Amino acid sequence: MLAALLIVFREVLEAGLIIGVTLAATEGVQRRFLWVTGGILAGLIGAGVVASLAQRLSEAFVGAGQDVFNAAVLIVAVVMLSWHILWMSQHGREMSANMKAMGRAVVDGDRTLWAIAVVIAIAILREGSEVVLFLVGIGVEGTEGAWRLWVGGLGGLVLGAVCSVLLYRGILAIPARRLFAVTGGLIILLAAGMAGQAAAFLARANIVSALGDQLWDSSAILRDDGIAGRVLHALVGYSDRPMGVQALAYVTVPVVLFALSRAITRQQTAS
Amino acid sequence: MTRILLPAAIAVALFGLSGIVHADAPATPIVSLTLKSHVFVPASLTVPPGVKVRINLSNLDGATEEFDSHDLKIEQLVTPHGRTSFVIGPLSPGTYTFMGEFHPDTAQGRIIVKEH
Repeated sequence: MLAALLIVFREVLEAGLIIGVTLAATEGVQRRFLWVTGGILAGLIGAGVVASLAQRLSEAFVGAGQDVFNAAVLIVAVVMLSWHILWMSQHGREMSANMKAMGRAVVDGDRTLWAIAVVIAIAILREGSEVVLFLVGIGVEGTEGAWRLWVGGLGGLVLGAVCSVLLYRGILAIPARRLFAVTGGLIILLAAGMAGQAAAFLARANIVSALGDQLWDSSAILRDDGIAGRVLHALVGYSDRPMGVQALAYVTVPVVLFALSRAITRQQTAS
Repeated sequence: MTRILLPAAIAVALFGLSGIVHADAPATPIVSLTLKSHVFVPASLTVPPGVKVRINLSNLDGATEEFDSHDLKIEQLVTPHGRTSFVIGPLSPGTYTFMGEFHPDTAQGRIIVKEH
């Protein structure tokens, strides 16, 4: 039971942390509920579809299908988060002013809600498909005491969801005037981490060179497969033995985003 | 700045391309691994150092398993009665452990890297 709880908890937590950050980043935006709910539903359906196609996925790309798929959806998520960041750098100031004026009640006009919905859907699809495959396995094998595993799985789901809500609440405790800056930073780190992971998947699939299999080894300090390591992995892309190409992608994304948002702001002040 | 960055970017791009071109060199040894009753057979594999090794994993069980190795930085799902294939390495000599994440009590194995 405990094993099942841990497995489901880990997957739910990883997706939940991403959702927590994106929710905090869109706090107070009108019609958010619809988009977020849509993203969650699409993610759940997607998880089922991916799980049912898992065998075909494995065989695709000379056996590298899982890696290529993971890289592809992560790259889509990075693009969506980048779009959100750039849009905010353009409109963030007015939204922030609106927020102060209206006391964080409603902020109209975040045009990137659909992008956030896609990110949420991808997070659920990736982790959820693993949960589905795990639970289906229990069901098919008819393991003795399978109900214990189901209870454990349910417990893991609830526990993961609670942690995500706590993160969301924790971020919202930040004063409104700083909220945008903090969530903006968190989204950039999220995007950087996902870009790094995508690069690592592509290197594993032999599509890009690893540029060094291991830049450093910090597994003695913090392993990235423990709970704390996984939390940092999901939130800021922590890896205890990163590849060169992973670090390169990790650094490139924030640099490009900073440069682009600078350019946008300069253009705004010029006009 | 651009003077340094541009050649660096080109070098990186070329590295990436060479990765595509040399994908899976023919010399890659292939090792077969089977999952039965949530146990890896064989539980211990010996592979040569310094080369990539392809692992073909067959799952004879009715449950999904995830080949999981922190040492090898691999997480690979294998469906019920399914197969999967992935590349590890190049590795330096030593012992690398792996497990089935969904059945870690029984599904444990290791890869020993040494010259034959």
